Amino acid sequence: MVTYRRVAALSLTFALALAACSPKATGGGSQTPAPAGEQPRPGGTLTFIVNAEPPSYDGHRETTFALLHPIAPHYSTLYKFDPSDLTKVIPDVAAAMPDVSSDKLTYTIKLRTDVKFHDGQKMTSDDVVATYQKIIFPPTGVLSPRAGAYAAVDTITNPAPDQLVFKLKYPSASFATNLASPWNFIYSAAKLKTDIHWYEKNIDGTGPFIYVSNTKGADWVGKKNPDYFGKDKSGTQLPYLDGYKALVITDANAEVNAIRSKQAMIEFRGFTPQQRDDLSRALPNDLAIQEAPWICVNYIVPNTKVKPFDDVRVRQALTLAIDRYAGSASLQKITIVKDVGGLMRPGGPFAQADADLQKIAGYSTDAAAAKTKAKQLLADAGVPNLSFKFLNRNITTPYEPVALFVIDQWKQVGITATHDVKETSAYQADLRAGNFQVALDFNCDFLDEPDLQLAKFWSASGLGKGLNFAYYDDADLDKMIDAQSRETDPAKRKTLVAGIEKYAMDTKAYQYPVLWWYRIIPYLNVVRGWRIGSNHYTNQDLETVWLAQK
Amino acid sequence: MRRYVVGRLLLMIPTLVGVAILTFVIMRAVPGDIVALQYAGSTVPQSVIDEQRHILGLDKPMWNQFTDWMGQIAHGDLGQSLWTGHPVVEEIQIRLPLSIELAILATLFAVAIAVPLGVLAAVRQDSWVDYVIRVFSIGGLSMPSFWIGLLMVLFTITVFNWAPPLIFTPITEDPAANLAGLILPAIAVGYRYSAVSMRMTRSTVLEVLREDYVRTARAKGVRESVVVMRHALRNALLPVVTVISLEFAFLIGGLVVTEQVFNLNGIGKLLVDAVAHRDYTMIQSLVLLLAAVFVLVNFAVDMVYMFLDPRIRYA
Repeated sequence: MVTYRRVAALSLTFALALAACSPKATGGGSQTPAPAGEQPRPGGTLTFIVNAEPPSYDGHRETTFALLHPIAPHYSTLYKFDPSDLTKVIPDVAAAMPDVSSDKLTYTIKLRTDVKFHDGQKMTSDDVVATYQKIIFPPTGVLSPRAGAYAAVDTITNPAPDQLVFKLKYPSASFATNLASPWNFIYSAAKLKTDIHWYEKNIDGTGPFIYVSNTKGADWVGKKNPDYFGKDKSGTQLPYLDGYKALVITDANAEVNAIRSKQAMIEFRGFTPQQRDDLSRALPNDLAIQEAPWICVNYIVPNTKVKPFDDVRVRQALTLAIDRYAGSASLQKITIVKDVGGLMRPGGPFAQADADLQKIAGYSTDAAAAKTKAKQLLADAGVPNLSFKFLNRNITTPYEPVALFVIDQWKQVGITATHDVKETSAYQADLRAGNFQVALDFNCDFLDEPDLQLAKFWSASGLGKGLNFAYYDDADLDKMIDAQSRETDPAKRKTLVAGIEKYAMDTKAYQYPVLWWYRIIPYLNVVRGWRIGSNHYTNQDLETVWLAQK
Repeated sequence: MRRYVVGRLLLMIPTLVGVAILTFVIMRAVPGDIVALQYAGSTVPQSVIDEQRHILGLDKPMWNQFTDWMGQIAHGDLGQSLWTGHPVVEEIQIRLPLSIELAILATLFAVAIAVPLGVLAAVRQDSWVDYVIRVFSIGGLSMPSFWIGLLMVLFTITVFNWAPPLIFTPITEDPAANLAGLILPAIAVGYRYSAVSMRMTRSTVLEVLREDYVRTARAKGVRESVVVMRHALRNALLPVVTVISLEFAFLIGGLVVTEQVFNLNGIGKLLVDAVAHRDYTMIQSLVLLLAAVFVLVNFAVDMVYMFLDPRIRYA
């Protein structure tokens, strides 16, 4: 049933799907994670900053990076992204890449037999099945925000202690890659059976580091797991570090000061260009910098339930008025946005070529002509002097400068937008209640994957409920999104996605990005073996991180 | 006296119940939802949001939520944080020692500066000494303590390549590390605090120095230092003690920005985070705690008055 060729084909699909996720290191400081030929040095404690705290310890139910950074080192996942090449999916507790049936409906996965939980129990397929049952088919009272990503899964079974089988209802292009989701920590079946909520307040994983302590609001400490199954290419036991300490620092100045005073070595989410430059000046010989495009974006979201934004001409005018290329040139100097792109991350595997993108409303390089057209559309719609409130959240980076830029662009076509800044909770309440005219929304994902990036584009009363804040219902768009999701040929899928971009951002102009974010990580150059990716969720198990002697 | 003390303590109950009702209503009136915030920016379907609101009991009628909470309080249980699921008491216990210690250090620093300088300014009224002290105190009033703190950290990093430790060490574990972590914030906060007390000390001492009994003491040939310290200062201290004690109560939960600048894991930061998260049980419990601190400090001040001024008696 399963052939080597299919395994190879699947691997190729992974590779294609993830191609161009690879970061391009730019900026000052030393730009390579480790000088060539340098051997990893065991020992030491990595001290890093995390600027928020997770509500619970359960990766299956939370969505914040603040959970992954301190907690991911305690856990393994079925598959993961290769720390040395983040475009590649590799097995974690799986023994090999999945065997896929010819109809692409059955995924058979062989598991490692040398994996132990930190409490000494051996991991078997029972644990992996219990984990995925909890994620995909959560019982009442158990939250699983990503269950929808596995909607294609019909059953999960384990014919042997080292084998499990996923059966799908229909072929899914994103299913295999989603098995490398950094949130899908492998939990103990016994513990879940005793208390399905056990992992919300406790830690017991199979990962490279054992939980030591957590002082709320202060720090999180882990120590090396001596029984960890992972080994590097030369057969050396992983992890290299003796342990790590995550410091909770919520103030931006305090974060910079922590690195500057060398009390912390790195912060894995990202700093602003100014913070990078401040640190570069203060630590000219001790700082390394890695930078990469980021799968995070701000959307302009007109509320289609509110007049005059129910008129497609008004929505088109809003996007036509924005000169994204000029915005990129100026905003990238002061905040964490950079690339001009559509619904897929620019430079990513599903992004359109620049020439094609420029045919979409709002993406032309002839900004003057676009603005003229925007004025005409507003006049045609009967609102030449349109004015409205532009809802935004009270976070400086990058929301405030992005909004100010957009407001200025709109002003140039006669639109008066009042910046309506609210603290995050009130902002979210307004978004969810539809209590706004136009809003600046945002989205971050762990992977260049259309199923993820298009989640906010489903009809608001259907799968987009609670996600689609433009509040439209469009059966045609739903069909287009569903079709790309089932298309397993990457090239064909890319074409389908391009069609969706044209339709959603131009023809209907429902909602559209401003600029894509750009990730900047300045850190003490004693930290080695960590490579930046295009998201701040993956590659956080710290398995291959080590500290150079200074 | 005993009746007075018992009466004051009993009066605390309606005060705190009033605070509880007010906090409960105000927080519900403020727009925002802890669950929406928990999943902000992620593609979480509405069904998950609704499920979580149900789990947290946020879909119950408001009066029901209030009676549930008051029932818990009556049993001595502050409940669990809606954000972390951990007991509120546990979360407060982690932060309270730091906040109390910082408040004590800042108060000591402030009093050590404010009282002597305030007296000196009063005694040397309109001299250059008075002017310098007044400028110093106006500086303290004008500059926010977090800004002073920020400058202090930048200064120590730039000049000494040193910054206060980012992790709080209890005084029982390592007094030196404890002091290293708290000395700069205590000075930053204490400076502003001292400015208020200094001006109060100066004006009340000036007022007392004009009293008949001070003139009488001087006429009797009592030494000036005794006149000032024993006769004037002691009588001038009542309003100063009031200001100092209220500032102390404020410091327990009011040092939000300073705590952030120095990365101190205190009650102020916890309260602001709780407000940002709409963590109702945490906010209600913290406000109740801070109100209790204010009420108790006020009560303690009234008791101290008796020792400072023998004429005061409560019945």
